[in-house]
Amino acid sequence: MKEQTPSTQNRRAPSSTIQITLEINGAAHTLEIEPRVSLLDALREHLHLTGTKKGCNQGACGACTVLCNGDRILSCLTLAIQYEGMEITTIEGLGTAGELHPLQVEFMEQDGFQCGYCTPGQICSAVGMIREFRNGLPSAVTKDVSARPVELSEEEISERMSGNLCRCGAYLGIRTAIRTAFQSEVIP
Amino acid sequence: MREFTYSRAVTLQEALTRIAPLANGKFLGGGTNLIDLMRENIERPDTVIDVTRLSSGISESPDGGVSIGGEVRNSAVANHPLIRERYPMLSQAILNGASGQIRNMATVAGNIMQRTRCYYFYDDAANCNKRSPGSGCDAIDGFNRIHAILGVSERCIATHPSDMCVALAALDATVNIESAVGKRTIPFNSFHCLPGETPHVETVLAHDELITSVELPPLPFAKRSIYRKVRDRASYAFALVSVAAALETENGKVRNVRLALGGVAPKPWRAFDAETVLLGADVGMRAFREAADAELSKARGYRDNSFKIELARRTIAGVLSELADSAGRP
Repeated sequence: MKEQTPSTQNRRAPSSTIQITLEINGAAHTLEIEPRVSLLDALREHLHLTGTKKGCNQGACGACTVLCNGDRILSCLTLAIQYEGMEITTIEGLGTAGELHPLQVEFMEQDGFQCGYCTPGQICSAVGMIREFRNGLPSAVTKDVSARPVELSEEEISERMSGNLCRCGAYLGIRTAIRTAFQSEVIP
Repeated sequence: MREFTYSRAVTLQEALTRIAPLANGKFLGGGTNLIDLMRENIERPDTVIDVTRLSSGISESPDGGVSIGGEVRNSAVANHPLIRERYPMLSQAILNGASGQIRNMATVAGNIMQRTRCYYFYDDAANCNKRSPGSGCDAIDGFNRIHAILGVSERCIATHPSDMCVALAALDATVNIESAVGKRTIPFNSFHCLPGETPHVETVLAHDELITSVELPPLPFAKRSIYRKVRDRASYAFALVSVAAALETENGKVRNVRLALGGVAPKPWRAFDAETVLLGADVGMRAFREAADAELSKARGYRDNSFKIELARRTIAGVLSELADSAGRP
């Protein structure tokens, strides 16, 4: 195809960046980004926090799950700039090699992964899910939404974790890891 | 994604004043649908005005109803004691939609404004009258298993994807809208438009108007209500057919009923014809089936989605039957 010289009207100004500050894993990070940068790309490409994974980049797989003020969210479906002033926690902020989060321990103990790509999202999601459960949030399989769910059954875990896909199919281990960590009551 | 200007509004007045002169400006909620559509170049706003920091919240109305701010996250609605006790179908509908992460992000106003998941709408190599008016509809003769059977036109057979909205339709919610020049209130069932000749016009909202809140009127018999969703997998999938229903019986007759359908129409579908058949009828499967037939008599199946007609019939009858069975219980 013959290339056309763009008219003046079609010529674009260089991308304009804005300075924003994000609070991530307890530390403030200032970065210069375009408004269109997703929270996921800000974490991975600008702050080099590559624990958070990019799977589908369209909200279908859950690999990019992080916590915002303790609530699990998908970092791919939102703009980084929307999260100024909020506390973001990624897998890097949940535990360290020397001091693992109880869910990280159980994912290892119970074979909660094979390739590991979905694992940071699974663990962040599970942390948020357990908090939701403790706050009394019902789910689609809760029989009576006006009552408090009493038991975090296998069915409840499956339903509440359905936003996190595992292509290796480690679901059995993932459920066991979550149930074991939940029952041990050591999750902060 | 095209470049755009970002603006965060902290007050309603800020939001309304800023959008007024921007014909190609858009309000931004949780981003779960709009950011995705912007990444696909289907939505191309010059400016987005983030309204997630507004703070109307959820409150009881003087008449015993409930008012929900447009910026409230879906999970906050589903978990609110007033909603769980008085309008369980709304909690259930929200909890049946999307995933835990998305429900924590998506706002009530954004959920109402979300756009169809028709494959051809998302694929800019396809013809779509909604995305590109006048280009045609590839769904009508294409892969249309997920498409609509009610309220369609020759121009468009896309469905409205929301679960939450099906409950709002059943509950006769009203939508409060505001712009820099005034306010208005729209019955929820008049908020979304049928495609007709203009499938790109999806709601009555003007570009400078914001959904500030949704009002649920008092409806005591909705205390026992159900949202049932039928889909290809048990969780995290859009509805093939869904039913939101509340039923009040007295001396073996239907005293009051609310019925709305999802996954079958271009808008959240209030089943008025079925309700008319049910009012005053003897409670039982015969009336439930007749009501479903009355609603579905207008349905039209396409190549892959005719199954939805029978599926909707059975789901309506099943949900009403479950409500009737539980009527004697406290």
